[in-house]
Amino acid sequence: MSVIVDENTKIIVQGITGHQGSFHSGEMIKFGAKVVAGVTPGKGGMKVHDVPVYDTVEETLVHEPDATMITVPAPFVKDAAFEAMYNGIRVVYILTEKVPLHDALDIVTYARSHGHVVIGPNGPGITVPGKTKMGIMPNHIFKKGTVAVASRSGTLTYEIVNALTLNGYGQSTVIGLGGDRITGLNFVDILELFEKDEDTEAIVLVGEIGGTAEEEAAEYIKKNVSKPVVAYIAGRSAPPGKRMGHAGAIITRGKGTAESKIKAFNEAGVQVAEFPWEIPQALKKVYK
Amino acid sequence: MNLYEYQGKALYRKFGVPTPEGYVAFKPEDIKDVTKDVVIKAQVLTGGRGKSGGVKFASTRDEAMEKAKEILAMEIKGHKVRAVLVEEKLKIEKEYYLSILIDRSTRAPLIMASPDGGVEIESVPDERIFKYRVNPEIGVQPFVGRALSKKMGFSGDLAKQFTKILINLYRMFREYDAELVEINPLVLSEGKLIAADSKVVIDSDSLYRHKDLEENAEEKTPLELEANKAGYAFVELDGNVGVIANGAGLTMATLDTLLLYGLKPRNFLDLGGTDSVDITKNAFTYVLKANPEAILVNIFGGVTKCDTVAQGIIAAKESFNIDMPIVVRLSGVHEEEGRKMLADAGIHAFADMRHAIEKLKEIMEGSQ
Repeated sequence: MSVIVDENTKIIVQGITGHQGSFHSGEMIKFGAKVVAGVTPGKGGMKVHDVPVYDTVEETLVHEPDATMITVPAPFVKDAAFEAMYNGIRVVYILTEKVPLHDALDIVTYARSHGHVVIGPNGPGITVPGKTKMGIMPNHIFKKGTVAVASRSGTLTYEIVNALTLNGYGQSTVIGLGGDRITGLNFVDILELFEKDEDTEAIVLVGEIGGTAEEEAAEYIKKNVSKPVVAYIAGRSAPPGKRMGHAGAIITRGKGTAESKIKAFNEAGVQVAEFPWEIPQALKKVYK
Repeated sequence: MNLYEYQGKALYRKFGVPTPEGYVAFKPEDIKDVTKDVVIKAQVLTGGRGKSGGVKFASTRDEAMEKAKEILAMEIKGHKVRAVLVEEKLKIEKEYYLSILIDRSTRAPLIMASPDGGVEIESVPDERIFKYRVNPEIGVQPFVGRALSKKMGFSGDLAKQFTKILINLYRMFREYDAELVEINPLVLSEGKLIAADSKVVIDSDSLYRHKDLEENAEEKTPLELEANKAGYAFVELDGNVGVIANGAGLTMATLDTLLLYGLKPRNFLDLGGTDSVDITKNAFTYVLKANPEAILVNIFGGVTKCDTVAQGIIAAKESFNIDMPIVVRLSGVHEEEGRKMLADAGIHAFADMRHAIEKLKEIMEGSQ
């Protein structure tokens, strides 16, 4: 068992003929992912890494895809995501950054009410070592194992996965939730999946300042998570961000800072590492 | 992007949200004849202008011009006043609060309304702020206005006015890709609900589809603007260690680590893509302009080739004649070649972040 995707997941890539789409499809195939088709309007009939390219998502349905990776430019993401969901594709991963907030809102709202899973926007994707990869995480840092990682950032995720691998901790699933204000999955959603996942024995959360996702995760962990959890929070040195009128202050009520997140995690029994490279040591204290 | 009050109110009017009668003046001579008392409000992208003297009243044109002149010369919390908004002075019977923003936790728009509007809104207790989570598939229908009106204490015609304002404000929020629209206060004046102030933030990623909006200079330093224009996420800080890293999370973690080691970063610079010699090399331009005493480069290459990054660093050192210490952490594809190239060029290079920062600390303490 694994989380969201596994070795049987058939993936299409929307925007496969672009620089990002083409390069990362190749890396995914090398990692063992089943990339069955690509979509670029106007480029149907081409092949990229031997993968057939079509003009529309509808035409890819002959390959029975389960998931899509969207790499098209930001103004076209909403169209691409709805094209995929309308055609029944269950998992929609959006790599693209700078997607308009209200487009992300529409995509995530539809997905949640129709049983689709959205990963991102603006995240590195999902990797299940030994099984599959959908996204842009570097292949060489992973090792198959029992630690699940969920993160709000990209390169910092690689940093921490790398530290885990070097210290002998393999990974069950690594997911980047995305750095935007609206993402398809938040920590609570993914904790629920990790808690149920038989391949996962311990959990690493990589959070950052802003929003209250970490505080909500801490509350959820207290009540619902039996597996050991450790965390890292980026941004404790950051100057206060831009103020969102009075509304921002009313809704967060002092939450959202690194301090508030660390305190919430500590109260939930979650060890918070001071430095990224201390995650394996923190894990050692609560796991093995 | 933050809008000035007068820009926000122009949008309110476009969508049928009532505002006081008035106009914007960029210089005292723009002031028109005064027939009834007016209020002159500083147009500035920060809060608290009332307490700083940025809001004044006048009864004649001469008086209004004089007050406008005073306000236009002001700087409020470091922000230059762009213009003044000249409006009819309202008879205020009561102040309310109304806002819509995107709530990250529920991933939905959230309406907040309170009968206790005004400058003290942030200390109003939660039970006096009524929240309504909007399902974007349903939108804001009249029933939402009726439900909130009841809690706000509006009935009859006022409930109808409030509902109309709410529906129109939501329409504007969606059509203009707003992150926030806020009316504080929404005032009751002679039987009418009127938006006496506006705070509007438009999602910057959507500006390409709102060409009618005038682009406001962001609240950034000239160096930040220059670096941003070149494609780097760049923020000036007040320390002395120049920082170049890749990815926002890793860059933030680098700054945090420096501080925990007692070192102070001069800037935040996220390279973004590192797949080119020039991107890496040019990043040094902006860091050097900030006059640091040393530079830390922290790259977790991922799929990026480390030899490319190393070439960029060496090219920068040579073409900009950098003689201050440069410490590099380089990890990823071809990392050994990359580090060897750097070492050959006399640049300290490490495979991990910890050793790089320890080396930097040693150098900086040794130089004191």
